[in-house]
Order: sequence, then structure tokens, then C-alpha cells
Amino acid sequence: MPVIHMRVNGNPVSGEVEARTLLVQFLRDDLRLTGTHVGCDTSQCGACVVHVDGKSVKSCTMLAIMANDCEVMTIEGLANGSELHPMQQAFMDNHGLQCGFCTPGMVMSALDIVERNGNDLDEATIRKELTGNICRCTGYHNIVKAVKAGARAMGD
Amino acid sequence: MAENGIGVSVRRKEDKRYLIGKGNYTDDINVVGQTYAIFVRSPHAHATINGIELAAAETSAGVVAVFTGDDLAADGIGPLICGVTVTSDDGEPHRAPAHPALAQGKVNYVGDHVAIVIAETLAQAKDAAEKVEVDYGILPAVTDTGSAADEGQQQIHEAAPNNICFNWPLGDKEAVEAAFASAHKISRLDLINNRMVTNPIEPRAVLGEYNTGTEEITLHLTSQNPHLHRLVLSAFNQLAPEHKLRIVAPDVGGGFGAKIFIYAEELVVGWACRKVNRPVKWTSDRTEAFLSDAHGRDHVTSAEMALDKDGKFLALRVMTTANLGAYISTFGTMVPSYLYAFLFAGQYTTPLIYSEVKAVFTNTAPVDASRGAGRPEATFMLERLVDVAAADMGLDPVEIRRRNFIPVDAFPYQTPVVQCYDSGDYHAALDKALALADYDGFGARAEEAKTRGMLRGIGLSSYVEACGIAPSAAVGQLGAGIGLWESAQVRFNPTGNVQVFTGSHSSGQGHETTFAQLVTELLGVPIEDIEVIHGDTAKTQFGMGTYGSRSMAVGGVAIAKACEKLIAKGKKIAAHALEAAEGDIEFADGNFTIAGTDKAMSIAEVAFNAYVPHSYPEDLEPGFDENAFFDPLNFSFPGGTHICEVEIDPETGVVEIIKYSAVDDFGKLINPMIVEGQVHGGITHGVGQALLEACHYDSEGQLITASFMDYAMPRADNVPSFDIDYAPTDPPDNPLGVKGCGEAGAIGAPPAVINAITNALGVKHIDMPATPEKVWRAAQGAA
Repeated sequence: MPVIHMRVNGNPVSGEVEARTLLVQFLRDDLRLTGTHVGCDTSQCGACVVHVDGKSVKSCTMLAIMANDCEVMTIEGLANGSELHPMQQAFMDNHGLQCGFCTPGMVMSALDIVERNGNDLDEATIRKELTGNICRCTGYHNIVKAVKAGARAMGD
Repeated sequence: MAENGIGVSVRRKEDKRYLIGKGNYTDDINVVGQTYAIFVRSPHAHATINGIELAAAETSAGVVAVFTGDDLAADGIGPLICGVTVTSDDGEPHRAPAHPALAQGKVNYVGDHVAIVIAETLAQAKDAAEKVEVDYGILPAVTDTGSAADEGQQQIHEAAPNNICFNWPLGDKEAVEAAFASAHKISRLDLINNRMVTNPIEPRAVLGEYNTGTEEITLHLTSQNPHLHRLVLSAFNQLAPEHKLRIVAPDVGGGFGAKIFIYAEELVVGWACRKVNRPVKWTSDRTEAFLSDAHGRDHVTSAEMALDKDGKFLALRVMTTANLGAYISTFGTMVPSYLYAFLFAGQYTTPLIYSEVKAVFTNTAPVDASRGAGRPEATFMLERLVDVAAADMGLDPVEIRRRNFIPVDAFPYQTPVVQCYDSGDYHAALDKALALADYDGFGARAEEAKTRGMLRGIGLSSYVEACGIAPSAAVGQLGAGIGLWESAQVRFNPTGNVQVFTGSHSSGQGHETTFAQLVTELLGVPIEDIEVIHGDTAKTQFGMGTYGSRSMAVGGVAIAKACEKLIAKGKKIAAHALEAAEGDIEFADGNFTIAGTDKAMSIAEVAFNAYVPHSYPEDLEPGFDENAFFDPLNFSFPGGTHICEVEIDPETGVVEIIKYSAVDDFGKLINPMIVEGQVHGGITHGVGQALLEACHYDSEGQLITASFMDYAMPRADNVPSFDIDYAPTDPPDNPLGVKGCGEAGAIGAPPAVINAITNALGVKHIDMPATPEKVWRAAQGAA
């Protein structure tokens, strides 16, 4: 079985995986980083979004071996000790989550949206950019507010 | 008001763990020696099983065991049960064909469970499952709701002739006929309530462990009601005695009804972990969820309203065929009966109502409660029919509603369909909603839209629902096999912090915050010193769980009653410690005080004293820990008016929701931020039903919409931001004055959206989901 190496949330990790192992399986089952979730198997729901070399990726649709030698960031890597990342804080302040299952993917996608669109986001842009992440609880209203507030806070 | 007490939008205590990736959902749990299960599912909608060849699977790499229905039957496990009896028109109970957890000689829907394969790894289990060879004798399938009971249809169950589960009449048929005979006008509407898949984003999962020493089975699973799971699995499925079965539902990633029910996979994994004496884990993938989670809705209905010359409703007649799927799910019979027809009065004084519900079996997944459960179906029927009646009478939809509303001074209001509404001010909610939506300005906006070639429409829906699902006496009379109380325990630790054990269980509703707000309000303990514990039958004494918007209305009251008991006990302890008469002790703001003095003890000091009872008299019991049960006298009846404004591009048929205004009566709000979030989510669920979501089986019973690629879930760009307000009334039957808010949006939204679309197009009706194709065709016809 192939042996792979990557940095996850800044820490060097390695593991022996079957070639068919998905990145999300490696993160969840081998590294026990269970903050990244699986909500579907067709790249639709976005619960599994992580960043690979700074780009947002649906980790259910990428083989673990494809992330060999890459820099991977998951939801577990965002907070600075007990201090939440501004985007995480914005989700809390704006009630941008209910059951919490889609939340890690939402936050990781939100960071990618800010990366590509800047800190001053309008509602239409946020809604369009979030279509790759499905939430059944919130009706998106407060997620949109959270992303807008989080983006602004990241610029401060 | 306490600092973080009732009425404050406190930030949620549970959020931090979810935001840093430390939530603990069932599939996040792994144990030493764990094996993985895959279910072999029927690829056919209807077939006999002539034989199953297991040898290749059993010898496949890593396989621990393969079991079929014969193994389950040999151990006397199952079948799955339905918890509510409905009496059919022949006076007999509904027809209840056996529902084996693993098929016994026959499969009845695509996804039906044939065998379980258990292996060392998930990949090995998947590989081996491919090697199970089943010899099927394919039979014709029944999938269409409206024709399932037709003469000459393929029969699915011997125990259910003509595929009928029950025919359930309600009301005075002759009186309704007489009212129709003398009516000024009769408005008629045929409609379909589209089948939906509930789709919480966390798929179902179960991890079973057996301890050979204690002979206890522990199931970690995705449940909205862990104690109900334990009760049914032990009392009815013979999985294990109740005291040897522990159910743990950790963080639950959304439920919306889909995680109420006792599913085949849960029973089989529970049984198999003891059989193989290894932990066994099963996690649904999304397509399995589409195939095997209980679905929602799926009605075909004809409705008629008799009106007098002033547009007053004289009588309502409703004929519905409801699809139950291939088997009766846990509450499958209750949803299209009591939770449906009992709401037919809506907000109106309609004096006479008659309905018949024919519940039918088809070769599709079982159908059960899904956010709203029966009430969205009732509301869609009624609020669409009212708009049709308004058009027939030449009245504005607002005016016809006003003429028929139950007046505010008529509460409590006995409807002709069993329910007695607690409180409501429907005119107040309507007035507020009209202002919020700027209803009067609509004409100008429609004119402006026309200049851009767009069709603008506005629609309203004035709904009422029955929430706080309880009371035991009422549901018992109706044929429920269970009680619907709730239970709570509030325990002070000696150091003064508080643990609240509740039988309600959150799947995203924020109980850890709202229940703590209740306790800080009642006991004066700072909110950070209060921990809410739920979801584990070994921790919480009892419970009936969370569904039917009952957590605060029933579970919250149980917590409040336990708090009252603590205050009563605390007075005794304070009296002893302060050397005063018990009758002289007053409790306020977290302190027990001798009336008229400044001698006082804080509740934390009382708690410490209760656990260090060095000089207690014989009649003073140590400890500061109280239990309470609450069983309400009545359901609660939230209501309100939702107004939707849409713009349609007649060239493409695409519907855009421009503005959505909702004014609801939920009684008192504990945490307005959380309530608003529930409304947002409910509305979006309802918009999904109205515009996007359609669960579709083809004529052979293949599920065509079995992934998020094929089944359109509402996404961020399908909905606008919402305008939310409240028109609360005080429900006399609820000690906390709360009504419940979790389902209102899903109930109010579908007719508001469709009424807006029919208004824009100038057509009588359009079936849900109003996809661009359907809307485009209607627009072409209307043009």
C-alpha cells in the first residue's frame, strides 16, 4: 500500500493507505480529525470542504494519495488556541449554525470566498458562492450574515 | 428578568465545539475491535426471494459474518412495529403487514434490506456485499399513489387487500352533503402534495457494542428520541431487556423527523454485535439515505369548499389518498390521519368538515413524519383552496380570510375536527404581515415588473398547527401505544453548579442554551454554571424525545417543574440552616431569605448544605436533586400569516422569491435568536417543497432521485433573507406560555409560495414543485 506524507494543520503526518482511500477517509479514520464531515458522495453538500495548498477542496472527491506532499488545512486548524478565528466567531455571533454538521464545510468555504472576493462581500455574491454547501437547518439567512460579518472582521 | 434568562438572545453554548471541529456525531465515534457493516439491498421494487447464495461473500477477504432474515427470525428478533392504531371504516384496526428487519422471502421496495455483511474494514464489507447472490422473482411494482388501490392492481401484502392500510372517515358526511346542496358557491381543487426526502445533512448511523460481562448492548445512533428507541427495541423487537440496552445519541446532525423512527439497520446492527461479539458500525451513504430513510408527504387530494353569498365557509369536504410506502413506519399511520385531518379547520370558523383518508401501500420506501408531518399537507390543501374560493367569489385573498377567521374572543375554540385551539389572534398576525410585506404597495411593484417583462405575484398563507406533541390522554384515546409526557431532572452538585437532564434531544435546536436560560431564570444560577445533558439513556432517567415542536412546550415545562421542587426543598433546608420557620423563607434571584430580614443563603450555599447534612433532623432529606414529569392538558396551537412575493421570468419559468414575510404566534419566546433561526430553516424547507424538491419513482419502482445530483435541495441562492415578526398570544394550557416553533415555516411556506405563483401567472393551480418547466408551460398557457 502506498505511504503518503502531508502537513495537516501545520503538523507533518504520514500514513499507509489503500490507493482508493479518499482524503476525507484519511483525515477522519486515520488521523481522527472528525471535524470534516461526509454528507453525500457526489460532491454536492460541501460538508467535507478542506483547504489543500490554500485552495478549497471537497475532500470526499479527492484521493488521499493526491494530497501527498500537500499542505492541508481542516476546521481543527483554524482557532488560535481558545481564540476562535474571526469567521468562526462570526458564525457564533450571527447564529450561523444549528446542528453543526454542515458548519465546518461552510466555514472552510467562507474562508475561500473571502480569499477570492475580498472582505467586503454583498449578499448576492455570498449566496452565489455558497451554492456548493447545503444546509438543511438554517435556511442560509444567518449563514449569509455570518460570512459577511466574518469577512469584514478578517479585514480589520 | 435574569441576565441570560427568558427572552434574551443568548449566544449558544453548544456552538464552540461545532465550530472547532469537536462535535461528536455518531460516525465520529470509533471503538477498539470495531467491524463495519454493509446492507445488501434489493435492486427491485417488488420481488420474491427464491434463494440467497452467501458462500462467496462469507469467504471474501476480511468478512466476519453474513446474516439474512432467516438468522434474525431464528433468534426471534423483530419485526419492526407501528406505534399508532387507526381504525378503518369497517371498524377494524388498520391492516398491518409484517415488517421484517431483513426480508423474509420477499422484498417490497428498492433499498429493502436483504442481508447484512460484516467485515474488518468498510472496503472489505463493500467488496463482499457485491458477492451476495440473490435469486429474485421479479413482480410488477405499484408506485403511483392515486391508483395504488385501483381494481386489478398488483397486490403487495396478503394482509392488506387492494393495497389499503385504512380508510378513515372523519366528520358528519350527511350534514356536509346538505350544506353543499344549499351552497351559493362550491370551489373545488385537485392537488398533489409532493413526496419529499427529509435529508438531514448527517446521514443515519449506528455503532453497536455488546459487553459479555454485563450482558449489555450499547447502541450509539442518530436518534431524536433515544428512550423511545430503547423502549421499542426492547419491548417490541426483543433486542435486549430494557435495563440491558443503552442508547446513546450524541450530537445529531439534523433530524426533521427522519431520525424519530426505529429503523431496520438499528435493530440488525444491535443484534449482530452480540452475535459476532464485536462492535459493529454502519453509516449510511447519501444514496442509502434516499433509499431507506422514511420519506414524507405524498398525498393525492380532492378538496371542495361550500360558501354562502358573502364568502363565508359553510362546509369543507376533503378526499385524500396517502402513500404509506411498502411498510408502515413507526408513526406512519398517524401522519396522514390525526396530524392531518384534525387541522382542517385551519384559522377558520368552517362549521362542518368531512374527510376520508385512504392510506395505501406501494412499492416505495416507507413514508412517515417529516418536518410538519401532516400539518403541511393540511395547510397546503386548505390555503390553496381558500385562494381558489377567493377567485371564484371575486374577493381579495385577504378579504376572504378575514371574513372567515376565528375571532380573538372565541378562544379556546372547539373546531369540528376534534382539536380545541388554545389561543390566537389571527387578524393581528395578518395585519402585521400585510404591513411587513407592504401588501398595499404590491400593485405598483407588479406594474413596474411588467415594464421589465416580468410577472410579479403575491400570495399568503394563514396557517395553524398542533404542536407540543402530547398529551398522553388524547393520543392514548386515538390509538397511540405510548405516552407523550416529558421528563427532567435538575441536579445541584455540592459546589453549586447544575446539571439538567432532559428527555428532549437536540438535533440542532439549541437545547443546551434554551434549557439553561430557563434554569437561570427560575433558579438564579449563572448560565455558565448550568450544563444540559441529553441523548443518553444511561444518564437521563426517561424521555420521549424531540419532534412535533415539543421540546420547550413539554420538555421545558418538565424542567421548570423540577426547578419548582428544588425551590420547595431549598426552603426547608434554608429554614433549618437559618433557624427560621419554613413558611418565613422566600426565594428570589437565587437567594433564600427570611422574609423581612437580611438573613439569606444563596441557592449554591443551600446546595452545599444539602450534601453536608451534619445536623439534619430526621424529616429533612439530604441532597438537592429533583425529578419531574410533565404531561400537558392539550396540544399547543401556533399560527400566523406568511406572505411571499415572487417574480417570474416568463421566458424561462424561473421563479425568484423577492420578499418573504412571516408573522407567527409562538407564545412566549425563550431565545428570540434561536426561534428566528428555526423559522428561517422551516421556511426554506417549505420553499424547497414548493419550488425544488420532488422524490420520484419510475413505474418500475426505481428511485430516480437518489442523490443530491438528482434531488434538488434548497441552496443559498434559492431563497432571500426573510422578514420575521411575531404576534404572540398567551396559551392558557401551557405553564411557560410557549407554543413551539420548529415546524411553522415548513407548514406556512408551501401555500404562500404557490399562491404567489398562481397570482403571478393568473392560473388556478400549479403542482409542487413549481419547477421552471412547469411554470414556463403555465406562463405560455396563460399568456
